[in-house]
Amino acid sequence: MAVNYGTKRLATGAHYGLRDWLAQRVTACLMALFTIILLAQVLLSKGPIGYDKWAGIFSSQWMKFLTFVVIIALLYHAWIGIRDIWMDYIKPVSVRLSLHVLSIIWLVGCAGWAVQVLWRL
Amino acid sequence: MTDLASTVRAKRPEFRNINAFSDLPSYKLPPAGIVSILHRVSGAILFVLMPFIIWMFDTSVSSEFSFARFTHLFGAGIGFVPGWFFKLVALAIMWSYLHHFIAGLRHLWMDLSHDAVTKEFGHSSALVTLTLGSLLTLALGAKLFGLY
Repeated sequence: MAVNYGTKRLATGAHYGLRDWLAQRVTACLMALFTIILLAQVLLSKGPIGYDKWAGIFSSQWMKFLTFVVIIALLYHAWIGIRDIWMDYIKPVSVRLSLHVLSIIWLVGCAGWAVQVLWRL
Repeated sequence: MTDLASTVRAKRPEFRNINAFSDLPSYKLPPAGIVSILHRVSGAILFVLMPFIIWMFDTSVSSEFSFARFTHLFGAGIGFVPGWFFKLVALAIMWSYLHHFIAGLRHLWMDLSHDAVTKEFGHSSALVTLTLGSLLTLALGAKLFGLY
């Protein structure tokens, strides 16, 4: 087996296949469920959708609960997907590690913003 | 030496690197391959446009004042950027989401039912994914640009 410790240790890579494969599907199901629930609330409301109706959808506590979980699910789902893209196309470890770090910053920043929006509703 | 090792075998096919000019024009990706690469492309688009998506979420739910700012963007635009440009960006998000969603359901279906993991189902479900994604994008896009 190839040496994977000390100076030979791989700093980038997946090496946890099943866990992420499963996580990708669990988070996908959550987001699909969220999509259907949100869509149902939009379609079942009567008349044109203005601010009151749109913000009203997100104001109930259970919807905030679900939206928060979906934001976290999206964060993890997007991380696995984007990391796979970098691992497939970017071979130099230095460039790949940099892109991984930038992706994490991008995703965590976005998730924080989305949670902040949800928090003050 | 055994007979097995000394037997002269047929020459195995040899694969060289793809030549961009002679091979790529004739190289045809099957529908399942197109769905697969578009699944990746749509995911990347959503990743890149994520701040805009959250901006839309932020302005549309925060207050009536910000909601007006949200709708104003798609009507009058902002600065020198016209509203239709943002509608096009929104259309790109719609297509990406729809394609990613449907292609993802196709994945889940193939995970749950191993009967679905065949060449035929891969082909037909890929065509359904591409058609459904395009049609829904067209329908929502027509609504977005006020055609009905």
